[in-house]
Amino acid sequence: MKYGILVNEGPYTHQASDSAYKFTKAAIDKGHEVFRVFFYHDGVNNGTSLAVPPQDDRHIPDQWSALAKDHGVDLVLCVAAAQRRGILDEDEAKRNGKTSHNVIEGFRISGLGQLIEAGIQADRLVVFGD
Amino acid sequence: MDNDDDQVVKKFMYMNRKAPYGTIYALESLEVVLIAAAFDQDVSLVFADDGVYQLTNSQSTDDIGMKNFSPTYSALGDYDIKKIYIEKESLDERGLTLEDLQALTYEDEDDDWAEKDSIHLVSREELAEVIDQQDVVFSF
Repeated sequence: MKYGILVNEGPYTHQASDSAYKFTKAAIDKGHEVFRVFFYHDGVNNGTSLAVPPQDDRHIPDQWSALAKDHGVDLVLCVAAAQRRGILDEDEAKRNGKTSHNVIEGFRISGLGQLIEAGIQADRLVVFGD
Repeated sequence: MDNDDDQVVKKFMYMNRKAPYGTIYALESLEVVLIAAAFDQDVSLVFADDGVYQLTNSQSTDDIGMKNFSPTYSALGDYDIKKIYIEKESLDERGLTLEDLQALTYEDEDDDWAEKDSIHLVSREELAEVIDQQDVVFSF
């Protein structure tokens, strides 16, 4: 089965991104295809490279990053939602006159059309939110 | 809507369940809907639970420093979004009627551009059936 995933909440405050991560990983481990994981609303905060959680806790952005590295999962941050919340990649930072950028490896920034495309392409689109 | 072999048309539903202010969900949901309109899919919107407040008349956000985005809903018809479902029980539970909500219409190209009502008032049971017919359901 081909899945699309939508993550609407940020890390730690809500369990949604943990659940989405576990679901995505389980789907891949079972041999399913995950077409794309799209991050919207506060979900874009999953893509920060600046999170420093306590050492005895899970590192959610690193977990996603590793998933992209190990399985080539397409992790997409909504550009409008990310800009609002101060999540910028190098190009976006340059374009907006900012001196730093903070998107962790494995994520890319793109538009909402990527979410709609995931809905069209996937057999099932699963939403993780509050 | 044309549906030839190389163009997939799916039924997309956008479910709005939260109040317009207090959280950003309603505003960002509307942003998704307006983008989605460009993809020529079969789009439905639902307003249920506190989401019915998104369509109330005479919203004023002057004192909270946020943009009043409610006038944007009236443009949905121009984006060819003409299936808007409002759950009756959600209105009843909040002491609201359709009179308290803004009118949403579209111009029917198959009927000499006559202006028609986009709003369908449905019961919770009827809404469940409509949800059941969808391919993709986004809940915000």
